Amino acid sequence: MNAPTPVTTPASPKSASAATRGDALGAFLEQDYTAGFETRLETDTVPKGLSEDTIRLISARKGEPDWLLDWRLEAYRRWLTMRPPTWAAVSFPPVDFQDIVYYSAPKSKKDGPKSLDEVDPELLRTFEKLGVPLHERARLAGVAVDAVFDSVSVATTFQKELGEHGIVFCSFSEAVKTHPELVRQYLGSVVPPGDNFYAALNSAVFSDGSFVFIPKGVKCPMELSTYFRINARDTGQFERTLIIAEEGASVSYLEGCTAPMRDENQLHAAVVELIALDDAKIKYSTVQNWYPGDKDGKGGIYNFVTKRGDCRGARSHISWTQVETGSAITWKYPSVILRGDDSVGDFHSVALTNNLQQADTGTKMIHMGRNTRSTILSKGISAGRGSNTFRGLVRVTPRAEGARNYTQCDSLLIGDRCAAHTFPTIEARNPTARVEHEATTSRIGEDQLFYAMQRGISAEDAVSMIVNGFCREVFKELPMEFAVEAQKLLGVSLEGSVG
Amino acid sequence: MLKIDKLHAAVDGKAILNGLDLEVKDGEVHAIMGPNGSGKSTLAQVLAGRDTFEVTAGSVDWDGTDLLALPAEERARAGLFLAFQYPVEIPGVSNAYFLKAAVNAVRRHRGLSEYDAMDFLSRVKAEMKAVGMREEFLYRSVNEGFSGGEKKRNEVLQMALLEPKLAVLDETDSGLDIDALKVVAEGVNRLRSPERSMIVITHYQRLLDYIVPDRVHVLSKGRIVRSGGRELALELEQHGYGWIESGAGAAQAAGAAGG
Repeated sequence: MNAPTPVTTPASPKSASAATRGDALGAFLEQDYTAGFETRLETDTVPKGLSEDTIRLISARKGEPDWLLDWRLEAYRRWLTMRPPTWAAVSFPPVDFQDIVYYSAPKSKKDGPKSLDEVDPELLRTFEKLGVPLHERARLAGVAVDAVFDSVSVATTFQKELGEHGIVFCSFSEAVKTHPELVRQYLGSVVPPGDNFYAALNSAVFSDGSFVFIPKGVKCPMELSTYFRINARDTGQFERTLIIAEEGASVSYLEGCTAPMRDENQLHAAVVELIALDDAKIKYSTVQNWYPGDKDGKGGIYNFVTKRGDCRGARSHISWTQVETGSAITWKYPSVILRGDDSVGDFHSVALTNNLQQADTGTKMIHMGRNTRSTILSKGISAGRGSNTFRGLVRVTPRAEGARNYTQCDSLLIGDRCAAHTFPTIEARNPTARVEHEATTSRIGEDQLFYAMQRGISAEDAVSMIVNGFCREVFKELPMEFAVEAQKLLGVSLEGSVG
Repeated sequence: MLKIDKLHAAVDGKAILNGLDLEVKDGEVHAIMGPNGSGKSTLAQVLAGRDTFEVTAGSVDWDGTDLLALPAEERARAGLFLAFQYPVEIPGVSNAYFLKAAVNAVRRHRGLSEYDAMDFLSRVKAEMKAVGMREEFLYRSVNEGFSGGEKKRNEVLQMALLEPKLAVLDETDSGLDIDALKVVAEGVNRLRSPERSMIVITHYQRLLDYIVPDRVHVLSKGRIVRSGGRELALELEQHGYGWIESGAGAAQAAGAAGG
């Protein structure tokens, strides 16, 4: 089967009625970044730069066992031999990896807070301001939260309740101490340290992140979520998340991310590994709202992330849903290895680029088991001078009898200076494979806005309506709490739009 | 009452309307006919507030309001409705959601309570029945994949729901077979009322067999060159637009102007 030719769709220049478009789209596109504040507190920060000593220092701060330090050092040595990938359709000046702070943590008593009462009130206020209250009384109903601030987890809620089900939900650092055997068994088993440049870097210097373990047969009774916050200047965030669902277990996990507005670019290089054993189901949702930089492209987060799920068991199911609105540059391909027979992988994505944002995002579906199925649904929205690229790989290996994939890849252009690109790759090495790919490109046209306005609907509402309609299939995959967040982020209203 | 006075309009610097005068009293139905390129659709778009067209001179008074000073959405909320010659497709937005948003925007403006989903559905279903639209069209994306006739019915449906004071129908007959034309015309006739004025723009007199106008105007090169009663349309059909443009019709225009 031939791979479709890459399609590049620049918006066609259009002279007429800049006024209508300017007003309506302008208002929609120039919404402020509300999470851009900075929290002032005393921090424990290691000096800038990266060497074996930096890694030893991080590992020592976290009181890690030797095997983990060795694992980090090995990754570091691999990293030294690697080069940053250059194949993505993004451009930025080379990152100076010696000019980054690799560990920064709010100062706290010794081993970190044992309970919320010991957490710096300033930190609690920060998360409250971000809409993630950690206090017992104000907590989001039915959602357990792990709050990660720069390099450390500051609090994890509902741990006790979850513990009663045998579920482990804690920061990665804590898991290293409390469940070393699980960490050792699964860490790097989906994304090996040498997988790619940024994964190797993460493996060397990763700071904190979440650890989730759902034992055999347990359906996690609440949504688990991690809220990542970058606060400190010049700091990179290198979180590591590991989620394991044993036989017949299921879990829905959400992550949210924000950062202060700064003129400098900051690096976020995370690794997320998901493991689903027989009949297990993991649903992983992201609302990514890192600071995107200002309208001239100054500042913003470089979001270079490796996310991969391994459907290790038969009939397992891993589903990625992402709403990517932030970051100056996004480089991210949440993927699924469909190893188990009859396993299922999904990827649902909305990626919005505005101003000078660049996103190169997509997925890989690697079919290895028999009768494996995958669905890719990608919605790219380009506005301002943004560039949005979908890059996808569907691979069917010779053993994957009866594999099926359906890919739909839609682009929406707003204005006339943005761009959308699609690079799908299909490798089918089994004659029974059924692989479908559909792609569309549309544009919020001045004629659509005028039509809506002639019916009394403001242009701003019309844009929201169209964008929302465009994203609907993905939004409906999000857990409710996040659908609300996502709708706010896109400046759209979901009310009633589901006809 | 609508009073258009010496209206000039241009697009990309090219003059299209050249001193157009027209008065439409409450409850009247006026037909505007003319050859291609005479400025019929431009007039419709200028009245509705499309800013692709630049008004270079003249004024439009609508019940004492300077119509041209209002943005397009405010004209719509105040009761000006344009049935589009080419209704626009909006993929991903359900017709029901779009119609409800429009109706409620207009109702808010008029100080009426907004419809909730139940009120809206019962209202819209009744109106759909009247224009012969199946309910499934509520749940499809706005105009997406509609046939020509379905699109025009959807325009008439919106007109019925929005209850305009002034409706401008831009070649609502174009692309319709005779059965669809009858249905659409019936829908329009049902909405005729002493408070509602209509401007029916058409290339062919055929539509006027079904929507009988109070006045007929002939547009040529951006001006109204002849006005008359219903019989003018029949005369035009007999002689063709060449008759007007050759000067014979235009010569009589002076006598008819302002009529």
